[in-house]
Amino acid sequence: MLFGIAWDTSSQWAFAVSILPILLKGLVVTIQATAVGFVIALVLGLVLAGLKASPLKLISWPARLFTEFVRDTPLLVQLFFLYYVLPEYGIVLPAFMTGALALGLQYSAYTSEVYRAGLESVPLGQYEAARALDLSPRRTFAVIILPQAIPRIIPALGNYLVSIMKDVPLLSVVAVLEMLNVAKIIGDRTFNYLIPLSMVGLIYLILTLVAAAAIRYLDTRLPKRGIPLK
Amino acid sequence: MNDDTTTGSTAHPVPEAIIHFDRVVKRFGPVTVLDSLDFEVRKGEKVTIIGPSGSGKSTVLRILMTLETIDDGIIHVAGRPLWHERRNGELVPASESHLRNMRKEMGMVFQQFNLFPHMTVRRNVTEAPVHVLGLSRQEAHERADEYLELVGLSDQVDKFPSQLSGGQQQRVAIARALAMRPNIMLFDEPTSALDPELVGEVLNVIQRLAEEHDLTMLLVTHEMQFAKRVSDRVCFFDKGRIVEQGPPEQVFGEPREERTRDFLKNFLDTA
Repeated sequence: MLFGIAWDTSSQWAFAVSILPILLKGLVVTIQATAVGFVIALVLGLVLAGLKASPLKLISWPARLFTEFVRDTPLLVQLFFLYYVLPEYGIVLPAFMTGALALGLQYSAYTSEVYRAGLESVPLGQYEAARALDLSPRRTFAVIILPQAIPRIIPALGNYLVSIMKDVPLLSVVAVLEMLNVAKIIGDRTFNYLIPLSMVGLIYLILTLVAAAAIRYLDTRLPKRGIPLK
Repeated sequence: MNDDTTTGSTAHPVPEAIIHFDRVVKRFGPVTVLDSLDFEVRKGEKVTIIGPSGSGKSTVLRILMTLETIDDGIIHVAGRPLWHERRNGELVPASESHLRNMRKEMGMVFQQFNLFPHMTVRRNVTEAPVHVLGLSRQEAHERADEYLELVGLSDQVDKFPSQLSGGQQQRVAIARALAMRPNIMLFDEPTSALDPELVGEVLNVIQRLAEEHDLTMLLVTHEMQFAKRVSDRVCFFDKGRIVEQGPPEQVFGEPREERTRDFLKNFLDTA
């Protein structure tokens, strides 16, 4: 029994059916961790992209260093660091928040590059035309550059959303009850790992395929030349 | 040392010169693009710059539009230093707000049009009048329609640039620049990116502008026949200097310099 739901071990099928609601409870946690991690990655990535674009080395350099450090170290190391080291300095976060934060930090390094590449994909001529028309830098960014960059940024961000979801099982090592951890506990208690782990794999496969299809659809629907302005 | 003579000679630019380059130097790395260039354009004058690629002709326009900085010398536009400003009686490098002010004198048409692809034709033309000049939407709207009619595109206002031919796009770009009511129009190879059959419609618009308006016009082009028709003066650039300049009949008809003759001969051979 887990989360107050009992399993039926009379047959493999009955077992599978009975543990599905338990796994889905784990899936909710997986999705929550994905969502929180993604939001952190979106916001922090934007901040990092802004800092890295600064002409002041004092500002751009630490941001670059942070990006490089985060990308070149394993997520699990970062996760352990946050989980075991921060409490020593009085910062105690729930396991779930620690995990989501680790995901967000890791992926902010990637999203910051997505933003940067998206902005750089707008041709130089657009900046020059805006300057020749005397548009302010702020207006140029908001109305000329950003609307053209966004359709190129969104699909890449979508791909990272799927990646984050697939990295959530790492959180099981700090005892977050996400879907894989739930499956493992069921296995530990029933000595049947085959069914719960297969089901986790299957659920992930379905989610990933659906997400990939959604991103492809979104990509075809996004206005390639930028968000239209009348 | 050098500064004294520079400021000394530009304290009294020729009164009617709206553009005045005084010993302007521009380098890209080890390459000197403008080599101590002296150059002048009078108010209302139509000047064409011709010359081989890499001769610095586009750079002259891009410096005027403040898209490129200069390394030495001084430029005056409408009597005011472009890349410098006076502070406590001394010339210091221009601030961004000074450059913003100076840009109001000029409009530019680019080789690659550089229309905003996500904006309708009308929005392309109204964006800057509304947000830079402070016109109301209604005023900007009327002004845009006026200039779009001038370039013959009244029926395309709600389309996006991608729905237009290259020639139409370049005409929108001309209307967009004109809508800011600049005193000086800069045309940087406006037809070089166009299919041959679309060149004529753009040149016709520019020629009409030249004939009917007292705009000062500075054009970089490879269209020699067109240059002959619209220019008051043709300047032949080579290696960052003006090799020869004069009325089109003289420069094209009886070029004095060997290099001009070679360029024109090669050009006619390959054209």
